[in-house]
Amino acid sequence: MTGNAPSFAIEAVAGEGEGAIALQLAGDWVQGQTVPGFGALRDQLAGRELSQLQLQADDLGDWDSLLMAFLLQCHNYCREREIDLDTHGLPANARQLLAVATSVAPHQPPARRQQHWWQAGNPLRVLRAVRGDLRESLGFFGDICIGLARLCAGRANTRWADFRHFCYQAGPNAFAIISLTSVLVGMILAYLGAVQLQQFGAGVYVADLVVIGMLREMGVLMTAVVMAGRTGAAYAAQLGTMQTNDEIDAITTLGVSPVEFLVLPRLLALVVMMPLLVIYANLLGMLGGAIVSGGLGISMLQYISQAQEAIAVSHITVGLVKSVIFAVLIAIAGCRSGLYSGRSSAAVGQAATEAVVTALIYLIVADAAINIFFQHVEFW
Amino acid sequence: MSEPAVIEVQGLCMAFGSNVIQRDLDFRVERGDIFVIMGGSGCGKSTLLRHLLGLLRPASGDILYSGESFVRASQDRRAAMRRRWGITYQSGGLFSAMTLGQNIALPLQLYTRYSAGEIRDIVDYKLSLVGLGGYQDYLPAQISGGMRKRGALARAIALDPEILFFDEPSAGLDPISSRLLDELILQLKESLGATVVMVTHELDSIFAIATNSVYLDAASRTRIAGGDPRWLRDHSEQPVVRQFLSRELAPAGDAQSE
Repeated sequence: MTGNAPSFAIEAVAGEGEGAIALQLAGDWVQGQTVPGFGALRDQLAGRELSQLQLQADDLGDWDSLLMAFLLQCHNYCREREIDLDTHGLPANARQLLAVATSVAPHQPPARRQQHWWQAGNPLRVLRAVRGDLRESLGFFGDICIGLARLCAGRANTRWADFRHFCYQAGPNAFAIISLTSVLVGMILAYLGAVQLQQFGAGVYVADLVVIGMLREMGVLMTAVVMAGRTGAAYAAQLGTMQTNDEIDAITTLGVSPVEFLVLPRLLALVVMMPLLVIYANLLGMLGGAIVSGGLGISMLQYISQAQEAIAVSHITVGLVKSVIFAVLIAIAGCRSGLYSGRSSAAVGQAATEAVVTALIYLIVADAAINIFFQHVEFW
Repeated sequence: MSEPAVIEVQGLCMAFGSNVIQRDLDFRVERGDIFVIMGGSGCGKSTLLRHLLGLLRPASGDILYSGESFVRASQDRRAAMRRRWGITYQSGGLFSAMTLGQNIALPLQLYTRYSAGEIRDIVDYKLSLVGLGGYQDYLPAQISGGMRKRGALARAIALDPEILFFDEPSAGLDPISSRLLDELILQLKESLGATVVMVTHELDSIFAIATNSVYLDAASRTRIAGGDPRWLRDHSEQPVVRQFLSRELAPAGDAQSE
């Protein structure tokens, strides 16, 4: 590294009275050199009664943006304190750059109340945020109800081609992943139960556990979780991108409700496909259970006859009722996040995340509530 | 007053929460005008357009279309009024999941009783009007930015609208395409007998086609001039407006005193 170390020095200007100070800039103010910070100058100037600061660059060597950044800070310092900054001693191009950089006064952002981390967790604030969220969700739900009513009256602008497209997306396209998860969940249930039940010599009842567990709970819940991550997030991303692309505005100003045009086909597709997927998932789950039971010494015949006894209309009904409710919740969470998303790429990502997180919370809460309800009406 | 103005804005105040964008806006757009909304960056031009389109709710004031309030109109009435408009957005606003042909067919399917075959022919014709004949089956992502703008224009004129709204129609286009688009707008406007409202700061376009305008000032947050832009350039009492229209820098003294 060659060159002279950059430095500055201040000295009184002869014949200009007390307040005038000359700032001598010297050396190479370039990348690779240790450039003195503006703080050092401020410390030296502190406590002096200044009226004028003359910049002088007689010994200045090479310079780049580092010098300009330093000079800009000088300028701002002088402007705040109403000190006259004399730039005539600078090289002509540096003077010009400084003039351009200072031609528009820096924007003063409005004072924002600083938020501390402990305030973010303030329960009142969280409650208020949740309340706002809830109100928006309810409003959205209301819009959907109005849209459905108009659809029944035959006045809604919902396109059936879109509905078929989304059915295909939510149904057949999801078969592979649903197959994998439900077989595995069935196997997990069987393992879990078999180890415990065999201690009582009741190993054959593993079929009951798998059947009831899948039909009432795990089949529908796992399907819903997969669909929330797969389809709910996709809905949010689709609608969010449409928002950034002015497409939602275009739909609104065509005189068409975005809820009817965009949300209803997605919602209805999910409501139609979810119960079918759940039936499929239940069958595969029971198959998974059978595989494990076979491995644990329960014959296929025993498993099937035991399972037949366990299957009841009530279990199937509970699963299907849940599947419809979950489908509505996933679609609402996804579409709402997308429709109210911001207009940047980051906002679309956030909308997709929000869609999945909200959907999962809805699912768990709704599942608990539905279970309690069915418990109380003794639908077993 | 014989005929109510096509658009009349009365005391419009636009705000996001407590942040006022523009206040006390009053102006009229007459039938057959090419009306330009002008102003420096960030003064609320696009926000004003979004208010005119009913996408944002005014903080106060009213917007009348042919003498009828849009702000206070019922949902159905608004939809009916919107059917007489054609709009292109800054980014085009074409539906990205549909082909160009489907985009233009959509308003026709929604609001007319044409048969499928007739709609196909009309789509052909509208695309030819904007010089995109034969591009029916292309998705918006498969064509260039300038073509997307023209495609959006074709969708805007699908229903032979009475009012055409353009948000920065020529932004991001090369000078020739931008000139061609101006001429296209002028020709369509004349043959459709429509009124045009556009947000733009392309001076060439403004002088080439505009007949009336409103200038929004960012500093005082209100309308400070209006009228024929050519007249404003030479005779406006507001130095800011003359400078804007003649592309002049403010004298150093003025900028400081602001």
